[in-house]
Amino acid sequence: MIKEPNFTGKRIGVYICQCGSNISDYVDVEKVREEISRGKGVSLAKITMFACADSAQKEIVADIQNEPLDAIVVASCSPKLHLNTFRGVAERGGLNPYNYVQVNIREQDSWAHSDKPAQATLKAIHLIRAGIAKVSLSEPLTPMTIPAENSVAIVGAGVAGMRAAIELADLGVNVHLIEREHFVGGRVAQWGKMSMTNQTGEEIITELYHEVKKRESIRVYTGANIIASKGSIGNFNIQVKIQPRYVEPPCDPESFKKAIEACPVEVDDEFNFNLTKRKAIFFNYRSEFPAMPVVDMAACTRCEECLKYCHGIRLDQQYRIIEIHVGSIFLATGFNPYEPKKGEFGYQEHPNVITFQQLKRLLDLTKGEFRFRGKKIERVAFIYCVGSRQIDGENKYCARYCCTSAIHAAIQLRQELKVPFIYHINKGIRTYGKQEILYEQSSTSGDVYLQFVEDDPPVVEVLNNPIKVTVNDLLTAHMEVTVTTDLVVLITGMVPRVNTELISILKVPLGKDHFYNEIHPKLRPVETMIDGLVIAGCCQGPRNIAESASSALAAVSKVYSILNKGEIKLEPTLAIVNPAACEWCGKCLEACPFDAIERIETEKVPVARIIESNCKGCGMCTPVCPTEAIDIKGYTNPEVRSMIEAMSG
Amino acid sequence: MEKDPPKILVFSTEKISDPALDLAGLMKLHYPPTVHAVVVPCSSSVRPSWIMHAFECGFAGVFIAADGSDCPYGETCIEKTAKIVERTHVMMREKGIPTENLKMAAVCSVCAELFVNQMRLFAGELADKTTNAT
Ligand SMILES: Cc1cc2nc3c(=O)[nH]c(=O)nc-3n(C[C@H](O)[C@H](O)[C@H](O)COP(=O)(O)OP(=O)(O)OC[C@H]3O[C@@H](n4cnc5c(N)ncnc54)[C@H](O)[C@@H]3O)c2cc1C
Ligand code: SF4
Ligand code: SF4
Repeated sequence: MIKEPNFTGKRIGVYICQCGSNISDYVDVEKVREEISRGKGVSLAKITMFACADSAQKEIVADIQNEPLDAIVVASCSPKLHLNTFRGVAERGGLNPYNYVQVNIREQDSWAHSDKPAQATLKAIHLIRAGIAKVSLSEPLTPMTIPAENSVAIVGAGVAGMRAAIELADLGVNVHLIEREHFVGGRVAQWGKMSMTNQTGEEIITELYHEVKKRESIRVYTGANIIASKGSIGNFNIQVKIQPRYVEPPCDPESFKKAIEACPVEVDDEFNFNLTKRKAIFFNYRSEFPAMPVVDMAACTRCEECLKYCHGIRLDQQYRIIEIHVGSIFLATGFNPYEPKKGEFGYQEHPNVITFQQLKRLLDLTKGEFRFRGKKIERVAFIYCVGSRQIDGENKYCARYCCTSAIHAAIQLRQELKVPFIYHINKGIRTYGKQEILYEQSSTSGDVYLQFVEDDPPVVEVLNNPIKVTVNDLLTAHMEVTVTTDLVVLITGMVPRVNTELISILKVPLGKDHFYNEIHPKLRPVETMIDGLVIAGCCQGPRNIAESASSALAAVSKVYSILNKGEIKLEPTLAIVNPAACEWCGKCLEACPFDAIERIETEKVPVARIIESNCKGCGMCTPVCPTEAIDIKGYTNPEVRSMIEAMSG
Repeated sequence: MEKDPPKILVFSTEKISDPALDLAGLMKLHYPPTVHAVVVPCSSSVRPSWIMHAFECGFAGVFIAADGSDCPYGETCIEKTAKIVERTHVMMREKGIPTENLKMAAVCSVCAELFVNQMRLFAGELADKTTNAT
């Protein structure tokens, strides 16, 4: 027995698509039509060859107007493909687009059950009846329209953030570029010569910064952190705290140089991954931007030695808090290189076991012969995938950049610094795409490649000098090979940057790898569940520069498409409270991850109210309500219950 | 005549697990045609009363194709969905419905094979139970 949906008086049109023969080869569409047309409320039931074809769309529009119909159901392919097409058809016919339901009888029926046509036919009937049940109860919904501020806050001035700032400014959007360090450039500034172009990080950053400065509509804030954010897509009000530099013009570069020399305080230099020291007043490299040093107040003793040489130093400068108003927020906060644990492949047990990020700094600082801790280096062993592709550890993912970048560094070691012995102890090299050329170049110029498997990692002996690395080499049928080396370089992966405060202020969704999470990796790769908040570059996952720039440009087009119309339409499938049923227990407020519920009083009775601009329609609030007073429009309690009844057949 | 496999209601999620169900179809992976899916925004939006209603309407099993750690609404989803299952188990016990008749597994947007295997397995388990009971 097939259960009838409740009759609500709506006149419903049902269209059963054959999808050429993709559906009708397995589903007896005529039988389905016959069954469906007998249902209460069904004014017409038609079979179409291709429901999405222009002629079919026109026919539906005409039916809506001539019959007239109050609602339509299209049984065809997945709504992921054509929901908006048919919402448009409904609208053209004069219906509210939410009085339309699409039923998936292709992917979830004819194709999935092509082995059982009779049962696929019966399932199609059940699914369409559920669609009719839903549309019978559907309410017309109107997307909210809100004005949008034509400006964006880009958080992070690395390659991704700066590239995006330039493009958005050229598209006429006002840009606030917020960088928490005192210098722009992000990680790239640290890497010296890089794959694939051999350009240095300094060159890339200099070029980008000059482009940024050419554009009046970009405002750059350094030493800046978001400390509060209110509002939602179209209208975010953000508070930014700007830390003082303690230095201001005028002071010429020579005076700065003398002031730095005069500073008696020395601390570990993080820019060089603690390989060197720096002063309390510093810049990381001479041409760094903004071209003004900064005082590290945590290290400064206020001895005022530097003041004798430069009058631009202001040790009494205070922080500022500014407010900015933007329509969208663009996160490009990047990554951190993985820091190995003490003892991981001899790290911190022998000073000549270093990380790849340290090697990159060494290469950048080396002029002439390659020396480390006073000794000439002739043998270098790279151990790959340290902190990435961990089967048992946290970081399951491949960090993408490292095979190529490490091989590029090896070529530099051999060609420029004449290091004769280079060993690559790897888990399988991943120089994908054009990067394979570098692998070819390295492996044919004398570098030795040895391969290990995850559960049999290389053993690094650090007790003796020089260091010995033993590996069961997969490429020579597990022959045990011992390499003697002057330097071990751990090719480290990427991990998310620590950004607890920002994540909590903006409610940034995180993935299982703790990088920022997009809505859908393939179909919506730069959007997050927070409307108006986009992500790009390495804050979303490991990438090289080209990939970071591509994702930044994808996010630029998303931001532009949000802001350029001056107003934004929001999906109306949000939570709704029935105040008569609400007993204000606060459970929904507790369950809502987006601060979208507040307590209000109606006639002195406390009830829950939805803050629509914050609500994402996730529905997490609905199952916790003891009185079923809260619903999601488009997924209401009566709608879902009636669908279940119709499907139960 | 071959007996129809037991009826299973699946709660799939619009952005994560429902695409996997679509993919299963696209790959022509077969599972029992008595499996029907209702799409919801997120697995932590499934009401225990809906699950109970499905049992009352004659579904032998209910499967929550959960977002798991892929949930675009944040990591609290896993814990919240687990709570929903826990609360429903209590209600099922009260009605004498075996708690194994409600299953949950994280199904990512490309987990088509996992979904299909889960459905075959679950239908098999439910069918065994009915056979043993008769
Ligand atoms: C050792 C090493 C070598 C590499 N070599 C190469 C190479 O040869 N070729 C290549 O193509 N790629 C290379 N890469 C990859 C490259 O570094 C990245 O692709 C690139 O840095 C990504 O840029 P990004 O802007 O996304 O992030 P980042 O460079 O990390 O920039 C992010 C910026 O955001 C800022 N920020 C973070 N949090 C906040 C906050 N809360 N508020 C404000 N600002 C914030 C940071 O201070 C930083 O300036 C290498 C990576 C490593 C680790
Ligand atoms: S959970 Fe339900 S009853 Fe409790 S406050 Fe929210 S809407 Fe009201
Ligand atoms: S649907 Fe989600 S975002 Fe909206 S009020 Fe409920 S829990 Fe909050």
